[in-house]
Amino acid sequence: MPRFLICALALTLLMPVSAHAFEDTQTPHGPASGWPQKGPFGTYDRAALQRGFQVYKQVCSTCHGLRLLAYRDLTDLGFSEAEVKAIAAEATVKDGPNDNGDMFNRPGRPSDFFVSPFPNDQAARAANGGALPPDLSLIIKARKGHEDYVYSLLTGFGQTPPADEKIAKGMNYNPYFPGHQIAMPPPLTDGAVTFADGTPSTVDEEAKNVVQFLAWAAEPKLEIRKQTGLKVVLFLVVFAGVMYSVKRRIWSKLH
Amino acid sequence: MAHGERVDFKNPVINWIDVRLPIFTMMQKEYGTFPTPKNFNYLWSFGGIAMFMLTAMIVTGVFLAMYYTPSTDHAFDSVERIMRDVNWGWMIRYIHMNGASMFFIAVYIHIFRGIYYGSYKNPRELLWILGVTILLLMMATAFMGYVLPWGQMSFWGATVITNLFSAIPLVGDKVVTWLWGGFSVDNATLNRFFALHYLLPFVIFAVVGLHVAALHVSGSNNPTGIDPKGPQDTIPFNPYYTIKDAFALTLFIILYALVVFYAPNMLGDPDNYIPANPMVTPAHIVPEWYFLPFYAMLRSFVWDIHIPFTHIVLISSKLGGVILMFGSIALLFVMPWLDRSPVRSAVFRPIYKKLFWVLVLACVTLGYIGGKPPEQPYVLVGQIATVVYFAFFLIALPLLPKYEKTLPLPKSISESVLKKG
Repeated sequence: MPRFLICALALTLLMPVSAHAFEDTQTPHGPASGWPQKGPFGTYDRAALQRGFQVYKQVCSTCHGLRLLAYRDLTDLGFSEAEVKAIAAEATVKDGPNDNGDMFNRPGRPSDFFVSPFPNDQAARAANGGALPPDLSLIIKARKGHEDYVYSLLTGFGQTPPADEKIAKGMNYNPYFPGHQIAMPPPLTDGAVTFADGTPSTVDEEAKNVVQFLAWAAEPKLEIRKQTGLKVVLFLVVFAGVMYSVKRRIWSKLH
Repeated sequence: MAHGERVDFKNPVINWIDVRLPIFTMMQKEYGTFPTPKNFNYLWSFGGIAMFMLTAMIVTGVFLAMYYTPSTDHAFDSVERIMRDVNWGWMIRYIHMNGASMFFIAVYIHIFRGIYYGSYKNPRELLWILGVTILLLMMATAFMGYVLPWGQMSFWGATVITNLFSAIPLVGDKVVTWLWGGFSVDNATLNRFFALHYLLPFVIFAVVGLHVAALHVSGSNNPTGIDPKGPQDTIPFNPYYTIKDAFALTLFIILYALVVFYAPNMLGDPDNYIPANPMVTPAHIVPEWYFLPFYAMLRSFVWDIHIPFTHIVLISSKLGGVILMFGSIALLFVMPWLDRSPVRSAVFRPIYKKLFWVLVLACVTLGYIGGKPPEQPYVLVGQIATVVYFAFFLIALPLLPKYEKTLPLPKSISESVLKKG
């Protein structure tokens, strides 16, 4: 039996090597500092989330929605109720019908969901040369490579394409994007935002922070999940120990 | 059930009920004093573990159904509402989502245990057939459940799998339209899948009841594969196996909890966090891991078989694949009659034991191939593994009894236990 198991293992270990021949996109990588939310005890860095939200608001939100998030969710980033109210009020929400049967615009409230930049996909395509900027609510969970992928994509612009790859008009070269041609122009530039806490606004910092913000947007319950998991697993390990000793005790009558 | 003389219970309330409805006597008989071979290893715990998983899936599923909206416009968002706004919704959903995987892990181990120790053989054929029926029902339930979040993989998985029925000669297309309730996977499909996804677990529950009832007639098999010769070979189920199973179940739940709380999306496809879009086909449509071996067999049949000297296709590659896929499970149904060796356990069948691991290797390989794009060399490897799978059942099992020299069986379970100790 072990011989066959070893064969099976060897087979599965060998195969990914040959699989690499089919990969045409560059393997994404994270920042040198890693992601604070990774690992069994990882948590979100609240300051980074706030900076990331600023990048989203000032840069990404021109084209990308975040429709699964409500403004009230921002309290989780460390914003006060008043701050959240002010952020929500900057948005214009279409409401109604009122008593006259008319739709009307009003300032956003914390209970509103994030207002998307375009009323529908067609409008989004029309404004973006036919390309549809995806909603970012779940982008980190919806792409292979997750945080690393989005970070690599955001920082992967500006490289010279290999000679055999022709870049179509209106497209941009990015080795991390499937097919290497992306309609989105390089979104981040040095100094695109000014961080209030003095964090240098390099492309790398902006990407790092906005990716952390988007990771939170995709998985806002990550911290409570890991905290609960710790309690559950600790309890179960102790419980398993008790079960094992009871089992030993009961079975000892037989031997 | 309880036709022998009934023993009174001390507790007067329990006794009062039991005189009128002997449910406590039955429990006592079937789970208390039930004589069970004394030599089970931990592989025998996976039946109980699977039972726990079924219960966990039903309980979490009922709560999810309270918030889920089966409509193409709202399904995806309602799942995200559960993840974000429903109290502990994220936990219930991750328990349910990963529960499907854990259920299949438990059931696959349970099935391979049965194959290894010959648990499908006389007198347990019907017990085995009921088990394979449960597997089929589970597959249908899991498939439809995966459609409900209405992500990209939900939609395209549903499209690919339902389209398989179009391979049925003559009426295929009509059958598919009937399954869909329309001309594509759409709202009607989602609604009926939700209805069936809620119904089938209770059907499974009922078949599990029959499975257990049949088990309690024949009694359990055991690692030696020989029948208990008397009371010295058995022990009462309670407390010995209740506590042993409880310990094994706890270990299994630890693994389950680690997945739910620390890697809840490890087994899922990222594409399913993209809302379903009939206009955009994902680059690779891949089913959940527990279907990958079957998916690989489906795709390993790549030829159209013609009537000789004509262009009339007798068996299209699609129909061939579907026949292979369903055939792989059909073989399990007839396994008790394919294997005529009187010796049950692989422990005493040296060649069968090796071939068993070849079968496991073929299944693992098929699982790996199923997750890969249909390109060479994957297709060829998948084809070889498919041939190995079918050869195990159709060639090895019937022929083995003629050529295999089985080892001498121990006189009794007790003897084999004492020899080891």
